[in-house]
Amino acid sequence: MKSLTGRSKVMENPKMTFLERIYLPAIVGGITITLRHLFRRKATIRYPEQKRTFSPVYRGMHVLKRDDNGAERCTACGLCAVACPAEAITMTAAERNPGEEKLYREEKYAATYEINMLRCIFCGLCEEACPKEAIFLTDRLVSTDYARDGFIYGKDKLVEPVDQRVDVSKRQTPDVLEFKKVRHYRHNR
Amino acid sequence: MMSFFIYKAILVIAVFGIMLLAAMYSTYLERKVAAFIQDRVGPNRAGPFGILQPLADGIKMFMKEEIIPEVANKTLFIIGPCIAMLTAIMAGVVIPWGGELVINGVPYVLQIIDFDFGLLYVFGVVSLGVYGIMIGGWASNNKFSLLGAIRASAQMISYEIAMGLSIIALIMMTGTLSLREIVDFQAGGTGGTWNFWNVVYQPLGFLLFLVCSFAECNRTPFDLPESETELVGGYHTEYSSMKLGFYLFAEYINMFISSAVIATLYFGGTNFPFMNDLGLSANAITILGTMAFFVKIAFFVFFYMWVRWTLPRFRYDQLMYLGWRVLIPLAIANVAITGLVMILTDRI
Repeated sequence: MKSLTGRSKVMENPKMTFLERIYLPAIVGGITITLRHLFRRKATIRYPEQKRTFSPVYRGMHVLKRDDNGAERCTACGLCAVACPAEAITMTAAERNPGEEKLYREEKYAATYEINMLRCIFCGLCEEACPKEAIFLTDRLVSTDYARDGFIYGKDKLVEPVDQRVDVSKRQTPDVLEFKKVRHYRHNR
Repeated sequence: MMSFFIYKAILVIAVFGIMLLAAMYSTYLERKVAAFIQDRVGPNRAGPFGILQPLADGIKMFMKEEIIPEVANKTLFIIGPCIAMLTAIMAGVVIPWGGELVINGVPYVLQIIDFDFGLLYVFGVVSLGVYGIMIGGWASNNKFSLLGAIRASAQMISYEIAMGLSIIALIMMTGTLSLREIVDFQAGGTGGTWNFWNVVYQPLGFLLFLVCSFAECNRTPFDLPESETELVGGYHTEYSSMKLGFYLFAEYINMFISSAVIATLYFGGTNFPFMNDLGLSANAITILGTMAFFVKIAFFVFFYMWVRWTLPRFRYDQLMYLGWRVLIPLAIANVAITGLVMILTDRI
């Protein structure tokens, strides 16, 4: 009987030939394959001694940058939180008091800034959304923890220390800076 | 008389030690071979290249908690691994580890006992090994253990027949059951003293013996008694600590012994090519021969592992089909063909 679609196939279960039935040729074939693997280069990276080289644009743990004078760049505009597809970022804004000009670059700043690293998918959209060049993803790894609370990173972990600046030049290349000036992208407006 | 005892005692202790050491490092080798075949590096943390790994594993085994199930038959539960270990080690007695060493004019043969019926002894002792597995599996009072034990005994009994039949052709050829005489039968040289290894005369017999020895050692593709994926751990599911260690150890010693038997029967034992033409002294040839023997054993131990990490496991009906309907008829045919060729070439 012809099938409706004409695509169906009659499956055959062909009888094995003599050579197939005595298994031996197949076994010899198998052990030559495993013998070749015996001498192949190993895929293992011996971790503590050897470290994997990261891609130059690797997206790891975030950093909140300070400007050249050591003042925090973030103004708690919330664009990163809006851009975040995983809704991992929350913040509360506060007004800068007189005398805090050294600490915060503009009149408004983030009093708290939290990223839930368990929600974060490290897509880098927060970095693209940021109009103040404040948040960047770095090649540092988010370390493991035993409790979920430990993965909510606050400003203590995210803001770079004044004396230990985090290099983000790999992700802030001239091309990227040029791209951020293109006005017809909505997030650059 | 006293010196005889001392020489035998040294030999026994040396063979015992070598077998234990070989079993220890077989576990290491197994993990390394497995890793390399799977493009990994294997244990490499304990000592350089991980060579202290067997020691670490041994210490771990001793330190583990010893659990005997409430419902187990306690006596048999303890006797099981002991029998497995004992029978595994006993087979080493008749293996000819080397030729004659002449020290101060006294010849010392590097073999503990040379029975006239050495080959029968090996078979007898090796088939006793199934009792260790059966007793252990039965005494555990656990369904999986019992299934593993039943599988093991059925498998061993089936494959022992084919194994014995494949040996008969060899015995017909050599006309002796003594392992030393079988080795001497294969002594190599040139001209009139040239003898080929038995594998040249008995390729089919060797193949059958090899397949059966895989089954006897419970190695993949015949590892149904253990089969982790189906029976948890098979006959040693309930075992812990060093009793488990004994079972695992016994398996590796069995592997070592059957490699030694294969090397002795089919690959010339302590003989190596051109051994009588190098112009070396008898003692040097003996030592080189022993080394050659261990190289052959090491190759077969490696071969066991190599096959294990290549092939999947047989289904149970396939295992029985292969044993009864393929290997046994082939072995009988091999005996008939060998007999026919011997009559036609007047070699009786």
